[in-house]
Amino acid sequence: MEQLLQHGLNALMLGGTYALLGIGLTLIFGIMRVVNFTHGELYAFGAYMMYGLVMKAGVNFFAALGLAIVLGVLLGALLELVLLSRLRAADIDTTMLVMIGAWIALQNAEQLAWTGVAVSINNPFPAAPLVLGPVSVAWNRVFVFGMALLLIVATYKVINGTKLGRAMRATFQDRDTAALMGVQIGAVHTATFALGSGLAAAAGALLGPVFVAYPSMGDLAAAKAFAVVILGGLGSIPGATLGGFILALVEELGAGYISSGYRDAMGFLLIIVILLFRPTGLFARKERIG
Amino acid sequence: MRATIVAAAGVLALASIPLWMGDPYLLHVLIMAGIFIIAAMSLNLLLGYAGQLSLGHVAFFGVGAYASALFSLGFRVQVFPGVVLAVEAKPVWLAMLAGMLAAGLCGWFIGRIAFKVRGAYFVIVSISFAEVARLVALNWVELTQGPMALNNIPALSIAGFAFLKKPSVYWLVLGCSVACFILIARIVHSRAGRAMVALAENEPLATSVGIDVTRYLVLATVVSATMAGAAGVLYAHYVRIVDPDVFLFIYTVTMSIMVITGGKGTLAGPIVGGVIFGLMPEGLRALAIRPETQWIVYGVLMVLVVYFLPQGIVPALKGLRLRRSAT
Repeated sequence: MEQLLQHGLNALMLGGTYALLGIGLTLIFGIMRVVNFTHGELYAFGAYMMYGLVMKAGVNFFAALGLAIVLGVLLGALLELVLLSRLRAADIDTTMLVMIGAWIALQNAEQLAWTGVAVSINNPFPAAPLVLGPVSVAWNRVFVFGMALLLIVATYKVINGTKLGRAMRATFQDRDTAALMGVQIGAVHTATFALGSGLAAAAGALLGPVFVAYPSMGDLAAAKAFAVVILGGLGSIPGATLGGFILALVEELGAGYISSGYRDAMGFLLIIVILLFRPTGLFARKERIG
Repeated sequence: MRATIVAAAGVLALASIPLWMGDPYLLHVLIMAGIFIIAAMSLNLLLGYAGQLSLGHVAFFGVGAYASALFSLGFRVQVFPGVVLAVEAKPVWLAMLAGMLAAGLCGWFIGRIAFKVRGAYFVIVSISFAEVARLVALNWVELTQGPMALNNIPALSIAGFAFLKKPSVYWLVLGCSVACFILIARIVHSRAGRAMVALAENEPLATSVGIDVTRYLVLATVVSATMAGAAGVLYAHYVRIVDPDVFLFIYTVTMSIMVITGGKGTLAGPIVGGVIFGLMPEGLRALAIRPETQWIVYGVLMVLVVYFLPQGIVPALKGLRLRRSAT
């Protein structure tokens, strides 16, 4: 029972970052119809920015975190403007191939810039864990969880409470009508991609100091983001939030009770099983064809 | 008719290479390019004709390689507590058939899924499938040796003749490539091939004239997977060592880039793309640049090809010739 509680707590802590990754990806897919293969690279970018700023430049941990997120937003905007803005009329396969090309180039650029050796990032939190009765959790994980929740709430606020958010929702519902009503579709796309990328970079910047940073770290993160998004249904933000926690729980339990070697396979198995038995995802209403 | 003669002359010219070129390293590069061209041709059937972007294609390649290696080495594995599956070492040709069969079975499974999910979803399912396969190969140490890899895989030998020397393997790969090319050409020009193209172009219209979606998609994936499995089988018994890295996504990317650059949905496309991208790494290596830079060049080229040659090289050349003959 105690073990189960501990697994549940670990899953809760991890689920926040998974949700962050998933929300970014689902926003980009829902609004832009782009399967974003560079998502994991933005995650790795966030982690490496933390490494560069904290370990190399000696910037304060919290300032570095904010800076890493801002840089992620900027990189996302740049990618959208350079690569995707001219492909808005292209079909989904074409943009997917461009994103795969960008993914390979980015990942190897990271390897070139930071070498392939995994690096760790210091954090300012006490090493002794927070003990809650029978279970315990490390302080830096509590911070990661809190920040993830904060960013998720902020994203909800942006989407439901601002003018930009309204334009994004309108584009999601019906792009042509939104354009006719005067929504700048191009600007919405750039903003969406920048926001989604910023969330991925934030997840990387938060988890980088918990684990280690290495060039191909984005691959697993991207795969998990896809699993989260499919769990929740493509385009659904509440689905992605819940999906993040479900995936974390399945992974924790799988690693705890089946085999830790298959921890990372759980997400993929979940994708296959869900698509076979409940192809619309757990929360979406749309068809899965096309 | 003229095309057939040109093609036959081309194959003969390729077959003569080991007779006048003594460099074993270059021959190795050509063999690997040939194996990847077979895989690219198989991907083209799915991507170019049936219109399914399968980004887990390397799974079929890897399953073929592993299955064939395992059957030729023999294995003993506990499936459930108390149930032990033991297979004696089989002759290599039989193991090769088993490898292709295993890949084909996976193709059948994926084809059934493709019926349920399309587009972006199918892409993600196929990638997931390949990743699960890689993680199983990495973790099921009892069967696959995990990261220690399967070693000492025997080379193919038929009636006492072993395909050990590079020229003989080269001819074997060339023969298989030609066989696969002819098979794909026949499928594409048959009723089934036209049905696949119809499905890719306009599915509602195709179903409304009575084309059975499931049947042709499953047929396409099974043939394609078996062929990719054959490429994996050739790889396993040529390199003679198989590790979980054969499932890496980057190989799927290499295959896709070959097909797309050459021209998806054309018979010659994967070959043109395969020659370019099969030989390019060696060219880049000769320029002594680092592997990371090599991959960056790959990625950038992929983006540029989609922007400037969206149909690929072969259709672009055809268009050029048509324009010239019109004036």
